[in-house]
Amino acid sequence: MEFLYYPGCTLKNKAKDLDLYARKSAEALGVTLTEVPEWQCCGGVYPLGRDEIATKLSSVRTLMAARDAGCDLVTVCAACHNVVKQINHDMACDEYVRTRVNNYLAPDVPYDGSVNVLHLLEVLRDRVGFDAIREKVVSPLTGRKLGAYYGCLLLRPSSVLAFDDPENPTVIEDLLKALGAEPVYYAERNECCGGYAGIADPEVPEKRAAAVLSNAKARGAEALVTACPLCYYNLKKHAAGTGVGVVYFTELLAGALGVK
Amino acid sequence: MEQQNMREEILFTANADPKKCMKCGKCSGACPNYDKMEYHPHQFVSMVQEGNVEPLLESESLYLCLTCMVCVERCPRNVQPARFIEAVRLAKIRQQGENRLKPQDVPELIDEDTPQQLLVSAFRKYTK
Ligand code: SF4
Ligand code: SF4
Repeated sequence: MEFLYYPGCTLKNKAKDLDLYARKSAEALGVTLTEVPEWQCCGGVYPLGRDEIATKLSSVRTLMAARDAGCDLVTVCAACHNVVKQINHDMACDEYVRTRVNNYLAPDVPYDGSVNVLHLLEVLRDRVGFDAIREKVVSPLTGRKLGAYYGCLLLRPSSVLAFDDPENPTVIEDLLKALGAEPVYYAERNECCGGYAGIADPEVPEKRAAAVLSNAKARGAEALVTACPLCYYNLKKHAAGTGVGVVYFTELLAGALGVK
Repeated sequence: MEQQNMREEILFTANADPKKCMKCGKCSGACPNYDKMEYHPHQFVSMVQEGNVEPLLESESLYLCLTCMVCVERCPRNVQPARFIEAVRLAKIRQQGENRLKPQDVPELIDEDTPQQLLVSAFRKYTK
């Protein structure tokens, strides 16, 4: 199983564990992730304005690389996934955006949104399968009570992301079960961590993270599992004293597969 | 300089139709940052529709939307309120001298664990 892999800037810096253990786990599962050559930062958040063209170009370059390689594109960072997937949708469905981007880049073959963009969690669920993963587990996470933290970016808008049920997702819990852990369900698992707004007002992530952490703790979670470096940062920063840990899903996966 | 056709420009950037709103308030009820906002998602929709954008342009609320897409996900009429907030914010920060985040302020705003993602996102949302 071969994919082109888009890591994004944070996975090469502050979220190295998210990247490293994604690649190690993929290898252990027979999935080849080849890094996009000369990739550029996606910009972190999807440019919502229709007349935002230049901010969409880096994602289109990545998408064209996947098209030219004849591969599906795989992401691991929840933010990169959201940005690249929404821009791919614009290229497929919004003629205004498609025309301007193609005029700007003037590629040999215009891009029309044809690439399939998959998050690694989707690859694990839909291509590898949780049963196959269960069979490869050598150090099961038996007895660990873990809360999936989806946040926003993997799920919304569901009309474009089509990742899971946007109000009652299960993919991370199903992965945790395959790894032998006990998933903890709590109401705040798909609510925002405060995102980038700490730059405008530090109280925003403080309040949001406190709401998520106290809800998860009350339901018995010992740690929260995320695919997003910004969620990881906001939660971890405010988790001191709660006893609740924060981990990337790839760390848990690599640990259970014995490649950490 | 006074901007021409501000409302039409905002509607074009938003690429969404405020007339579809039935004023149920579900977007604002679901917004995780409701308490912090002076104008709430449903008000952005109705005020843009009325052409009453001046108060929005001057409001802190522009910088307090988290782009969490809850209002978009849960609106029963697919109005996409976050698109109106974004379009008004762009109308503001695209103006000369209206960048909200200055590079020289960054060192004070970060710590050793701050992910790159936070800064690129903040620059995308708060500057042009
Ligand atoms: S996208 Fe912005 S306005 Fe909409 S619910 Fe989230 S924070 Fe509130
Ligand atoms: S949820 Fe939709 S229809 Fe209801 S007030 Fe908000 S924008 Fe209008």
